[in-house]
Amino acid sequence: MNGQVVPAFLAATLEMSVPLGLAAIGGALSERAGVPNIALEGILLGSAFAAVAGMVASGSAIGGLVCGALTGATFGLVHAALVLRGRIDAIVSGLALNLVAAGGTRTLLRAFYHSSANSPNVRGFSLVEVAGSSGGHGLLRVLVDPLTWVFVGLAVLVARGLRATRWGLWVRAAGNDPRSAYAAAVPVAGVRLGAVVVGSAITGLGGVALAFSQHQFQAGMSGGRGFIALAAVIVSGWRPERAALACVAFAALEAAGFVLQDRGGALPAAFAVLPYVGTLLVLVLFARGRSFQAPRGLGVLHDE
Amino acid sequence: MIARRRLALFAGALAVAVLVTFLPARARQGASPSRPSGPPSVRVGLVFDVGGRGDKSFNDAAYEGLVRAERELGAEIAYLEPSGAEDRESALRLFASRGTDLVIGVGFIFSSDIDTVAKDYPRIHFACVDYAPRGEIPSNVAALAFKEEEGSFLVGAAAGLLTKTKHVGFAGGMIGPLIRKFEVGFEAGAKATCPACVVHAGYVGPTPEAYHDPGKAKVLAATQIAGGADVLYHASGASGHGVFEAAREAKVLAIGVDSDQHDDMPGVVATSMVKRADVAVLAVIREAKEGTFRAGMRISGLAEGGVDWVHEGPHASLVPRDVVDKVEALRAEVIAGRIKVPRE
Repeated sequence: MNGQVVPAFLAATLEMSVPLGLAAIGGALSERAGVPNIALEGILLGSAFAAVAGMVASGSAIGGLVCGALTGATFGLVHAALVLRGRIDAIVSGLALNLVAAGGTRTLLRAFYHSSANSPNVRGFSLVEVAGSSGGHGLLRVLVDPLTWVFVGLAVLVARGLRATRWGLWVRAAGNDPRSAYAAAVPVAGVRLGAVVVGSAITGLGGVALAFSQHQFQAGMSGGRGFIALAAVIVSGWRPERAALACVAFAALEAAGFVLQDRGGALPAAFAVLPYVGTLLVLVLFARGRSFQAPRGLGVLHDE
Repeated sequence: MIARRRLALFAGALAVAVLVTFLPARARQGASPSRPSGPPSVRVGLVFDVGGRGDKSFNDAAYEGLVRAERELGAEIAYLEPSGAEDRESALRLFASRGTDLVIGVGFIFSSDIDTVAKDYPRIHFACVDYAPRGEIPSNVAALAFKEEEGSFLVGAAAGLLTKTKHVGFAGGMIGPLIRKFEVGFEAGAKATCPACVVHAGYVGPTPEAYHDPGKAKVLAATQIAGGADVLYHASGASGHGVFEAAREAKVLAIGVDSDQHDDMPGVVATSMVKRADVAVLAVIREAKEGTFRAGMRISGLAEGGVDWVHEGPHASLVPRDVVDKVEALRAEVIAGRIKVPRE
């Protein structure tokens, strides 16, 4: 059975990376434009619910995916409106959105499906059925999941977009120095709004992945992933591609914890804290220097 | 600038309004029909944990016991579901102050809250389902607990007979003594029927989040499946769905916990270890009504009918007859005291 360990480990890593990584890419985009976004957790939860509700209602996985992304975007819109127009502190707004998502999904779960625990089952994408119990089969199952590739694609796309397009330049300018950007004719408010909405929609796709991987919604299923993603954004120095990689590394440490539990099993608690210790170490050892600085205009309001 | 501030105020008010509407702050009460005739009935107040009622599992089983008490004993029942963790104690207090005869909390999480409130209301009876003792139990508290290790022993024995690979898996929720006894009982059962079997045991995480994280549980189970396990038992609350998902994808079997989980994933869930919260709740209400309430620790196992496994009817169709017979023979041994199931 030893040959099974490596593919099983890779499958575990990839599967756990997807929701985490999508949340982090979305968060990095929003914060890069200068708007702190601690609502990632709430967005994951809300869009996970929307994905299932959308799929139950429409009968199609694409319908569920669109619902999830739109719900993410709506969260982003509300957050941006509260912060940019309403001058509400971004942390307060994010907290409020997290609470609304936690309470709202529970309420809707009862209203729609008469349960405090879970929604009915949905099919999700399941384009190809891979039966089989070996680690290789498990890896194959993750690789045929379209959302895995959505994650990889968006990591590349957003990173490249920020670096090499006019839109990316505007986002970075709005995040670094909103006043100068405005003086240079960048529509700061609009750019920020766009980045928060698009970023939240991407985070919403993470929620879709979470729900589709279980083929149902469960109350509280985001399980703190939004905050881990937020940590990944900070560890990465607010760069989406690095944030995605940080999430893969975090997931790898978690997967390693599971594999080691199964091998030795002596100290499960020690293996379970591995990812958190790893994050701290990375933060202390590597996250310094210019390229790890926060956008200078993060949280700085700009009046027009 | 003034317009801005008014906008801010308005938006803030809106946010609060949205919050208030959406948070499930409904402390609903069950119907308490009036019964004009008959002997004086017993008034019972039951408090669920956040999100408890409707969990299709342990909490709903406790609710079943409450409803049966209303039907069979004519008890006046009411229940509350707090909207947040900090409201548990106040919900208990609310029932106690209203002159309820018996106040029941469902879940180990209520243990310390019940201890506190029971001391303030010494004349009222309290009961806590799944009580986890920490120090002395107040003299008016019935602590209802289960020998989960005995139920786990039976499903472990079934797993040892059902496995083809001679590898079975156990996925626990939060690391700690609470779940450890499930693991120990399961392993003892598997070894009883299949001494050569390897038991893969893992835990979802070190925090209570581990009971609500099907994502991690799925990955944990998939790791055990890749290691060869083809029958997986879980004791991880709502996370267990992830274990069932992993088992379904790999076409192996799973075993449910706390309640009959067959309907969560038919064709995958071969059997379940059942904790009879309904039996425990009904029994303690009956005692309160008849004036025979006994305080203190009350642990019910196989002999008392407090734990069981699903082995009859359509929900056990994946368990062959000879497996049922062998496991039932072991049940008799445990009840007779010839087999002592370890706890740790």
